[in-house]
Formats: sequence, C-alpha cells, structure tokens
Amino acid sequence: MRRRLWLFVMLAAIAASTPAGAQQQPLSVTEIAPGLFAHIGEIALMTRENEGAIANVGFVVGNDAVAVIDTGGSVREGRRLLAAVRARTDKPIRYVINTHGHPDHMFGNAAFSGDGTVFVGHSNLPQALATRGPHYLEAFRRIMGDALIDEVKIVPPTLLVDGTLKLDLGERTLTLRAWPVAHSDSDLTVLDEQSKTLFAGDLVFLAHVPVLDGSIRGWLRIMDDLSGQDALRVVPGHGPVNEWPAALTDERRYLETLAADIRALIARGAPITVAADKAASSERTRWQLFDDYNARNATAAFSEIEWE
Amino acid sequence: MHGHRLFCILGLLGLALVAGISPLAAAESYDPWPGLVQDIFSNRTMNDGSDVIGIEMPTRAEDAAIVPVTLKSKLSPDDDRHLRSITLVIDQNPAPMAARFELGPEARVSEISTRVRVNSYTNVHAVAELSDGKLYMVKTFVKASGGCSAPTIKNAEEAKARLGQMKYRQFARNEQGPTNGVREAQVMIGHPNNSGLQMDQITHLYIPAFFVDELHLWQDNSPVLSMEGGISISEDPNIRFTYVTNGARTFRAEAKDTSGHVFQKEWKVDGSGS
Repeated sequence: MRRRLWLFVMLAAIAASTPAGAQQQPLSVTEIAPGLFAHIGEIALMTRENEGAIANVGFVVGNDAVAVIDTGGSVREGRRLLAAVRARTDKPIRYVINTHGHPDHMFGNAAFSGDGTVFVGHSNLPQALATRGPHYLEAFRRIMGDALIDEVKIVPPTLLVDGTLKLDLGERTLTLRAWPVAHSDSDLTVLDEQSKTLFAGDLVFLAHVPVLDGSIRGWLRIMDDLSGQDALRVVPGHGPVNEWPAALTDERRYLETLAADIRALIARGAPITVAADKAASSERTRWQLFDDYNARNATAAFSEIEWE
Repeated sequence: MHGHRLFCILGLLGLALVAGISPLAAAESYDPWPGLVQDIFSNRTMNDGSDVIGIEMPTRAEDAAIVPVTLKSKLSPDDDRHLRSITLVIDQNPAPMAARFELGPEARVSEISTRVRVNSYTNVHAVAELSDGKLYMVKTFVKASGGCSAPTIKNAEEAKARLGQMKYRQFARNEQGPTNGVREAQVMIGHPNNSGLQMDQITHLYIPAFFVDELHLWQDNSPVLSMEGGISISEDPNIRFTYVTNGARTFRAEAKDTSGHVFQKEWKVDGSGS
C-alpha cells in the first residue's frame, strides 16, 4: 500500500516536470488585415498555467520580411508565436519590436534571438530593462515556476526609437513612435501604413483595466495626440481589436475618473491608503481585473498628483 | 521507523515537485531576523511591543515602489513612558533597515506614516525604544506585488526635475478640535532615492546610490521628528505625522542626501489648528 502511494507520488512528480509537449503548438492568430496577424491574449494575470500568454502579440508580413510586435510572457509563448509566423510565411523575421518593457510583452524575446533579427524599442527601454529585469525574473519565477522562467532572457533592443522611425518590410512601411512617459516610461506604438492598423501596446487597454506604471498625468496629456493617429483600427495591449479612435473612450474615462477622484481626496486631506480603497470605485463594474490593479493605480497616481 | 521517516521525506519532496515549489521559496524560509537583531540592534532584548506600537501595511504591496506604512503609538496618555525612537525594518529588502525615526522629547509624536519599497514577500518589523531604555517589537507580513510593478523609479525625468523641492501641509483634525494641541502635518521631499544597484545603460557604470539619508523637522527650534533613511524609502520621501504644538509659528525641515546636498525650508504654521 505504502509502496503504491509512493509510486503514485513519483509518477505525479515526473508528469509535472515534463514540458507540456515538446512540439510547440502555433499560437492562435487572426488575420486582421491582409498580412497582419494578431493573437488576442486571455484577460488574466500571468500564471504557470497560461504560460504568461496574456498580452496581445502580432506580426506584419511585407514583401521581403516580417516584423513581430511583442513576444509574450514566456519563451514558450514566444516559440508558439514563432510557429504561427512560420505557418504563414518563410520570409525572414527582420525586426522584433517591443512596445514597452513589461514581462507579458517581452519575456518571449529569446525565442527570436539570432538569425539577424534586430530588436527594436523606445530609447528608454534598455535602461528600464536593466533596472527592472532582474526583479521581474525573480518575481515571476515564484509565480510561473522554474521551467518557464529558466529560459527567459532579458533581450534589450539595439535599434532605439526616439521620436519616430520608419521600418521597411518591402512595399510595406511600419511607422514607430516613441511616446513620453504614460503607461510606462518606454511606450512605443507601431502603425502599419498599408492597413492603417495601430499596434498600441499598453497605451490602450480595452476590457482589461488600465495599468499605470508611468505617469497618469503624462498618459492623459498624450490622449489627444494618440487619438489623432491616422489609423482605422487598433490592436490594444490587452483586450479585443477595435475601431480607432473610439477604442480610447473607456480608458480615457477611467484615467480621468481616477485622477479626478484622487484630486478630490487630496484636497480634503485623505491619506494615500484611503485613495487605494476608494478612488475610481465607480469604474469597478466596467472592467475586468479591476481589483487586481485599481488600488495599485490609485497608489501610484496619488503619489504623483500630490505634487501638483 | 527509520524507513517510515525516509518515506515521509521522499514523499514530501515528491509533493514539493508536484506543487512546483521552487528552490527560491525554500531559500526564503530562511529567517534573516535574528541576524538583523544582531546587526541593527546589537542583539538587545526584544520585548513584545503589541501594547506599545502598532504597524499598519496592506497585506499585499499593490505597487512595489510605493507601499504605505503607518506606525502608531499604543501607549495610553497616563503611561509615564514615552516613545524615543522607532526603527522600521523590511527583512527581505536589499537594505533591510528602512528608517529610524527619532521623536522629539516634547513633541509627543503619536503616529507616523511613510511609503516604502517592498521587493519580495517579507516580514516587516517595527521596533520602538521607550524612555525606559527597552526595545519593543511588533511585526507584520507583506506579500510582494504581482504583475509588472517593480521597486524602482517610474519617471526619471520628472524625478530629476523635482529634486530638492519640499512641500509642507497641515491637516485639519476636526474630531479632536484645536484645543488639545494635536496637529497633523506632512512633509514631502522631491528626490529619486536611487538604490545604486542599477547600471547606466549608456556609460555601463553603476549608478551611485543617491538617497536622502537624514531628515529633521522642528517647530520653531524644538525638534519634532527626525528620520535616518535608506533606499527602502520610496522615491520622493513623504512623511505624515501627528504631534502636539508648542505654539510655534514656524515649521522647519532640513534634509541631507548621500551626495552632500542640503535641502532646507521653513513654513508658517496655521495657528488655528485646522
């Protein structure tokens, strides 16, 4: 009896430590416009079970080459994205563009290293990755486990964007734009000029509550300029593909509400802990993951707005 | 018996594998506190502080870079002991001693709130020294933040622009009224409070640690509160506190940082107590 139980424990341990399928299943992607594909991530936190696949990622195919936009929350997701590219084209992946430095968007970078692929990012991104990278690896090792995190390498960009940059994929131009501090300090958008599709990274959230890791005032300041981008549709960082600029409406309302509530709390002398509990509570029912991020957003926004 | 024990150990190991418990988690079961008592408090006896001081923190660090903490005196007004100092220790941080607050002998500071960085799952200890010369300890546990927050600066440009700015604010305390002399105030100092653990990506040199290590607050010339701080204090150090007024007309702050900057400012106190 005892021996049989032991055998069960051993078998269970072996089963848990074997990677789920040596062959990578291609990530499911939708062709949003001719030659432009996106995978819409699950609206969730990064876990071992979802392999960090929570952000939207995609790729654009030109006549000569491919550009990948964000690589996902694990090398395993990155490899599945690579498999999805290879299921559709043999053209070389010339560029991997990171829309910013958060783990769910760049932990898959290592899947694309080599083969002459150039990593592209905001001019602040190398510093952000150097500062935060080690912390992210440690924090997500705990959440996602050794098997997924051991192979993650923080791959910084070598082609940096300050202002705007055009990338030519062969009869197809991507316009990259580096933004001032908003969602984070290294936000970059990618506009496919041919289909007028904007990959907005986490400058745009839909359904998934916006996450603030830069500057709420900065984010609100760029709203007009962002909505003026010459696009027909947006692939947000999280949430479904939507029409542009209508897709910005919810996020803008959330950020304006959060800022207004915090200004009112500061004016009446409330401490930061009260802001974490109360600010933007009118938005609770409108977003997924509200309770996972709103207190954090309120805390960060409070410590910024306090200086006004 | 022997075999049974071996089986249990192997079984637990198997279960740990199944549950995916990483070596990291095992490493964190190591408790740094005894070593910290030795290093920070010279191994002095720690008495139970649950009747002396309270520590309030959220159970989870929502934003790793900005975790509010409040320290409250629990001494009754007729206790003949008073608080001399409070030391705040974040056990698992790279620099565990977050701050040491010295309380002005006449200011009767009864509550201090500030914001700290929390790197990992950690115990946080508050150790009060009373006028009886003894140490009294309380602790709480804080879970690390989830998601993409990191215990680092968010907006380097703005931090640079704000360097050395100081703000003072006095809060109304209507529930007690102005007559008992209790005041609540806040002092903010614009400072990146950099850890120095990061490499500059252009020069490939480590950015030297650059943080506020001393802060002193006075009402007229009477000390209210001082803080000896480190890199566990959040960017833009911020202290909110209660004290008892001595009728002073001015409130004064002086901060020093590790690069030798001295920041000073003086404000007029609103005498009405609101």
